[in-house]
Amino acid sequence: MAYVNPQQILTVEDLTVSFDGFRAVDGLNLYIAPNECRVIIGPNGAGKTTVLDLICGRTRASGGTVLFKGRDLLKMREDQIVHAGVGRKFQTPSVYEDLTVLENLEISYPRGHSVWGALAFRRDGEVMDRIAEIARTIFLADALDEKAAFLSHGQKQWLEIGMLLIQDPELLMLDEPVAGMSVAERVKTAELLNRIVSDRSVIVIEHDMKFVADIATRVTVLHQGKLLAEGSMAHVQADPKVIDVYLGH
Amino acid sequence: MSLLSPSTEGRTGAFLNRTELAGTVVLALFIFVVLPLVLDPFRLNMFGKYLTYAFVAVGLVLCWGAGGILSLGQGVFFGLGGYALAMFLKLEASTPEATKIQSTPGIPDFMDWNQITQLPLWWQPFHSLGFSLVAVVAVPVFFAFVIGTAMFRRRVGGVYFSIITQAIAAILTILIIGQQGYTGGVNGITDLRTLKGWDIRPDGAKEVLYFVNAALLFVCLAIAQLIRRSKLGRLLIAMRDQEDRVRFSGYDVASLKIFIFCVGAAFAAIGGAMFTLQVGFMSPTFVGIVPSIEMVIFCAVGGRNSLIGAVWGTLLVNWAKTAFSETFPELWQFGLGALFIAVVLVFPNGLAGIWTTHVAPVLARLLARGESKSTTPAE
Repeated sequence: MAYVNPQQILTVEDLTVSFDGFRAVDGLNLYIAPNECRVIIGPNGAGKTTVLDLICGRTRASGGTVLFKGRDLLKMREDQIVHAGVGRKFQTPSVYEDLTVLENLEISYPRGHSVWGALAFRRDGEVMDRIAEIARTIFLADALDEKAAFLSHGQKQWLEIGMLLIQDPELLMLDEPVAGMSVAERVKTAELLNRIVSDRSVIVIEHDMKFVADIATRVTVLHQGKLLAEGSMAHVQADPKVIDVYLGH
Repeated sequence: MSLLSPSTEGRTGAFLNRTELAGTVVLALFIFVVLPLVLDPFRLNMFGKYLTYAFVAVGLVLCWGAGGILSLGQGVFFGLGGYALAMFLKLEASTPEATKIQSTPGIPDFMDWNQITQLPLWWQPFHSLGFSLVAVVAVPVFFAFVIGTAMFRRRVGGVYFSIITQAIAAILTILIIGQQGYTGGVNGITDLRTLKGWDIRPDGAKEVLYFVNAALLFVCLAIAQLIRRSKLGRLLIAMRDQEDRVRFSGYDVASLKIFIFCVGAAFAAIGGAMFTLQVGFMSPTFVGIVPSIEMVIFCAVGGRNSLIGAVWGTLLVNWAKTAFSETFPELWQFGLGALFIAVVLVFPNGLAGIWTTHVAPVLARLLARGESKSTTPAE
């Protein structure tokens, strides 16, 4: 079973979850290649967020397999999945509002995760350098001592992306990273994502088709928990089924 | 960037910032100097008793204030710690000579009254002071570990956790009262006399115990501050606000919660043991729902985000309780309830919050004005 295809970093096969008989995700297959940026689109309720929840362990699958570099994620706890190299950004910005930008990033720094590790954790030069580097990437270098509560919506989204980047995950999953952003912020975010995706695999859920066209390597269309279409942006946009359920009207 | 700007001050590794340091010094002066100087031995002992509750309040600042874990059952740990030491003291007081009028001499009096003729096996180790002192902390911490594991691993949190801890407090009280022959029942374990031959009842001994208690409280405050200053302290705040984000940043949230709950239990247990020593008995009245909730009120009034505030809150509420219940015994309970509602509705950060938002800015303005006045003639 644990066959590792070097062409795939993530192998999802026959993934199914049902909530009280309702199949939110139904027999889904998904193959993600290294350094690929996959965008998942689909109408509301198609099961997009649920797919991410299943991969990162937030929701338990009813059936199927999820292999990440040959490791079975369905048998692992959320924090173990993170340590394996999977990062997840939530739809609503989830940052620690009572802490500063610096502290937000520091908590996400991949060291000292146990109780004793957290007690003994020190902010040494290595940590501070990395935090400074990430802060520059996410346009927040001047806001390190600002409480996260005082950031704008867009800045909170960037901060959460930064909190994932500092972990350097091999697979990054982003749930609607530009939702609620101004046009200027969207442009900046697309630029940010384009830089990030160059050396890792990314799964993005997004509705903004212009943004999707900007970043996607391949596009997966979900409908009612099932795969509707998959391929390049042009291919998917030309697919009559996709136009019918999602793009057309 | 200026290294001296106030915002970067928070980044330095100082154990206490300037305000915290000043607050600690004032509190230490009050407890170690002012109270012993102005109070007679009876009142000093009473304040010593109040300070034992402050251990619980300090633990609650960590669990509830920082971590958002509201335990309404801290009396359980306070009581277990107190009972562990009371058992040792009771055994020391129950020498065959002192209890020769009993039908079975050499066992605690309440056992004799309940027709028990032999010291139960689980009481035996409490002949040893060393064992008892370890048990004071180990038993409540173990208990907290079991409760914490059962709750937090199953992701039970928020109100559900509070209600369950309250139920546990009720269960333990009922158990203690029901097992009268083994626990002393509703009267508790009373008539404690000596600690390794040292009589704990005279005024002189009580004064010594007051200082030991106060010193232990400051040790606990230091430990609590150490935790708050570490990344673990910031993680607790992060967990309170965005538990899922912490989990998906690679932390095992349950183990962090279990740890801090155990620390709170250990503090409460030390307070309980000091209570037994200073007051001379331990009873189920200090285990159940009412005392557990009162302890939360002490913490809330002082300010659940401030270690120093929690100690002040405990002293103030207890002092008020004594003062009012001596004059208006029927009204006190209503007063306490009203106080809690007022804290929750009007000043959620308690006394410490009032200090930082209302008193400190005024003080700073006055100080600044005073300084500018005194410097004007020099110019």
